[in-house]
Amino acid sequence: MRHPLLQIQGLSKHYGSAVVVNDLSFEIAPGECLGVIGPNGAGKTTTIRMCLGLTVPDAGNISFHLNGEDAGRRMPEDALAIKAKLGVVSQFDTLDPDFSCAENLQVYGRYFGMTAAQVRARVPSLLEFASLSHKANSRPGELSGGMRRRLSLARALVNDPQLLLLDEPTTGLDPQARHLMWERLQLLMQQGKSILLTTHFMDEAERLCSRLLVLDHGKKIAEGKPKALIAEHLEPDVVEVYGAGALALAEAAEHAGLRALAARVEVSGETVFFYTQDARPLLARLASSSHLRTLHRPANLEDLFLKLTGRKIREDA
Amino acid sequence: MTTHQDSTSAEAQSIWRYPDLSGRWWPVFMRNLLVWRKLAIPSLVGNIAEPLMWLVAFGYGMGALVGEVSAGGAMAGGEAAAKIPYILFLASGSICMSAMNAASFEALYSAFSRMHVQKTWDGIMNAPVSLDSVLLAEMLWAAFKALFTVTAILGVMLALGISHSPKLLLAWPILLLVGMMFSCIALIFNALAKSYDFFTYYFTLVLTPMMFLSGVFFPREQLPTVVRIVSDWLPLTNAVEIIRPLFMGQWPQTPLRHGLVLAAYTVLAFWVALALTRRRFRS
Repeated sequence: MRHPLLQIQGLSKHYGSAVVVNDLSFEIAPGECLGVIGPNGAGKTTTIRMCLGLTVPDAGNISFHLNGEDAGRRMPEDALAIKAKLGVVSQFDTLDPDFSCAENLQVYGRYFGMTAAQVRARVPSLLEFASLSHKANSRPGELSGGMRRRLSLARALVNDPQLLLLDEPTTGLDPQARHLMWERLQLLMQQGKSILLTTHFMDEAERLCSRLLVLDHGKKIAEGKPKALIAEHLEPDVVEVYGAGALALAEAAEHAGLRALAARVEVSGETVFFYTQDARPLLARLASSSHLRTLHRPANLEDLFLKLTGRKIREDA
Repeated sequence: MTTHQDSTSAEAQSIWRYPDLSGRWWPVFMRNLLVWRKLAIPSLVGNIAEPLMWLVAFGYGMGALVGEVSAGGAMAGGEAAAKIPYILFLASGSICMSAMNAASFEALYSAFSRMHVQKTWDGIMNAPVSLDSVLLAEMLWAAFKALFTVTAILGVMLALGISHSPKLLLAWPILLLVGMMFSCIALIFNALAKSYDFFTYYFTLVLTPMMFLSGVFFPREQLPTVVRIVSDWLPLTNAVEIIRPLFMGQWPQTPLRHGLVLAAYTVLAFWVALALTRRRFRS
């Protein structure tokens, strides 16, 4: 019988009167990449901290079955035994500024009880994985943001973990650095590693994650495969209309006929979104108003995310 | 929820629970050693040049004015206060002060920078190393820095011929304990600090007055009785009372009492520092 690598049941945490995580349950199966998405303050980082035993939950169970053990280990009671087999990249880099890249890996490996020789044998391949072989003797301060994130990822792999917990691994990176990070993460999944990933980038979630968990106000509001979630919650076609007079389409009585062609109409800023099963009649009617600009595209995760969590900017964000 | 769960989370909540220590403090200690090795030369100058300048300027300068001072009450046998050269009096007191300063500086500014500014501790705790082990490593590291400073100063004192007592060999491990005691006390303030500025209070309001009340610069016999009673229980006083006779080639009068006071401060301060550090990281 194959156990889930990580199993969370009824997890809750509050600070004062603010409920940060509210009766959360989910699992990660071996080989899976689970994406956790949600607005700032949804409880993503707190959930990861509880998985690491750094924050003590008010209620709930967190258990791990790593390296094929039948008996589950519980967090926080077995924190050290569990962490010996986890890899962690936290939201903010905690690299040692006084050490070179190679020394950062060398020193970090010792925290796992590895001998100096054991770590030394792994350092070249870890640097190569992070595309940092040529920077082995550079300090983190001399690296670009993308290089630092890759060094953090390489450091998290020093103990050859089965499960990786990655908290916003690509936040603040330029497109090239993000693509390189994605490629490395896909490589890790091919090697059989499992990943829990939090992100604000829907393209990243759609591309990397086999399953998604949408959190808002500490509660799970949706869970499933990206495509299935989109199909379940959204119409397949989206027509975006923008330009002078676009907003009138969403409100004016004379356009009621146009709106009837869409299942749902939403406004965000100067753009009107028509969600529909079939965009053709809608596009045909819009073609007569040449001053409007239209974009026809399939519904994506971003639409899902905004539908589930709302378009308004959060006060606490 | 089940009762089992309630009891484990309640247990985990208590910041006063027994320390959860393992051998993993060692790689954390080694980490600090490796960083320090890169900066050893400037650090050596800072740690040793200043106390030596004090010693030479005051010891020889003031010593010429003062001549001999009474080191009474410090020796076994209860004989009348012995007169010793001021430089010897000052050297034996200031080496304790150097251990205190070196340990305090490391356990405040440097530890705070690793804990709060660089987030080094957070990185370490993502690996299988508990907060308790990190704190133990920081405490021992600050004590090691104190021992290093003390050793270098002792070397210079030997070279200057201030003391040649073979009992200095015994003073050496005792000074390590003094370093441990002061790093434990400093870690309490580290756990409470919001920024580096907070440490100014500790240095000016705690360590500097203690320096003057502990018989480092002048005999405590001169202090008013009430002040002297307070002084009897200060950590630095108890360190000086053990170390000074050893510098003079004699045995301390009440070694057990002073040793117990040092040990009690060390254990209690570590316990409080651990509890407050856990509270800081509990969030």
